[in-house]
Amino acid sequence: MSHDHDHDNELDPFAARVRALETILTRKGLIDPAAIDVIVDTYETKIGPRNGARVVAKAWHDPDFADWLRRDATAAIESLSYTGRQGEHMQAVFNTEDTHNLVVCTLCSCYPWSVLGLPPVWYKAPPYRSRAVIDPRGVLEEFGLTLPAETKIRVWDSTAELRYLVVPLRPEGTDGWSEEQLAELVSRDAMIGTARAGQPA
Amino acid sequence: MNGPQDLGGQMGFGPVAPEKDEPYFHAAWERRALGVTLCAGAMGAWNIDESRHARESLHPADYYGSSYYQIWIKALETLLKRHGFVSERDLGAGEAIDPAASPKRVLKAENVPAVLAKGGPCDRPVATAPRFKAGERVRTRNFNPTGHTRLPRYARGKEGTIEAVRDGFVFPDTNAHGQGENPQWVYTVVFDGTKIWGDGADPTLTVSIDAWESYLEPA
Repeated sequence: MSHDHDHDNELDPFAARVRALETILTRKGLIDPAAIDVIVDTYETKIGPRNGARVVAKAWHDPDFADWLRRDATAAIESLSYTGRQGEHMQAVFNTEDTHNLVVCTLCSCYPWSVLGLPPVWYKAPPYRSRAVIDPRGVLEEFGLTLPAETKIRVWDSTAELRYLVVPLRPEGTDGWSEEQLAELVSRDAMIGTARAGQPA
Repeated sequence: MNGPQDLGGQMGFGPVAPEKDEPYFHAAWERRALGVTLCAGAMGAWNIDESRHARESLHPADYYGSSYYQIWIKALETLLKRHGFVSERDLGAGEAIDPAASPKRVLKAENVPAVLAKGGPCDRPVATAPRFKAGERVRTRNFNPTGHTRLPRYARGKEGTIEAVRDGFVFPDTNAHGQGENPQWVYTVVFDGTKIWGDGADPTLTVSIDAWESYLEPA
């Protein structure tokens, strides 16, 4: 889609369509426009990939937490207060030296909102959804990630209500780092599987 | 349904084109589209499965020609009309003309944090024991239902291995159509890429889906 300015062109028919719908529902007393403001603020400023980065950093830092995350990701993640919509049933998948994990939703846009926030446009769009399951190496190349030919690739298609969080490999050279420092190395894409964790500077 | 949403393995959509430092919203109306959709869903007239089915029921040309939030809004209009909250006249005029059905609830601003934090868990008790266990070989059914299903076409009639028995979950194929939750066991089933894609498949690839029990039969 086009990258509009961050305000609506009054002539944009779709902006007008959404505004009309909001107006109709508000006048009928079916929605509270102030609730929309709170929802938007929540996903723009409060819930995002920093949540997931803290989960991954804690798993790197604390083997007991990593075990818990592997066995019961929903409870382990809830212990950090990351809960709620589109994170009700979590599963963490750990990259290893042998296997790289990649998450997709071929049927819609299932994504772990509680730890990663709202999904990026590419995650919801046909090119990624169509190709991640048949040509993951080609997809990863487009993200600048070239995996060794012998690395196994495991693609998780989120067809039910489980939401997947990839725990990337901890980068070398980070011994003794704090959780806060480690979290800085964990990008959104690394937790979807389209990137590795960042390298220490 | 074999609709436009069932994208796994389709070709011709071009490169993924990730956007650097992508904002959450690309226009102000997308913020309102997210909020209106969640608020309307909170009225309690439909469930997430019916909502997904409304999106995938768009004409394929419309689905592929729309951005994601456009798909959401178009489907939302369908749901609002179906459940008596808005009429064609309302939408045509852009004004509230006709009376609306009564919602179960209206989401108020002060309740948003609690509602989002609670989410909508859809695990449910299942009276029977799981039919399959981890390590067992299974075959996915081959079917082509005209209604909602979460078994993608690329994974139908394929042999794979149960990797994990998950939990009991609401069955989308009935829940989307007002035919009840009918919870079933859900399993993670893993397939060799070569079993799915055949000649030329990446030999290092495995793909898993999460499958409801009735999607599976013993291999």
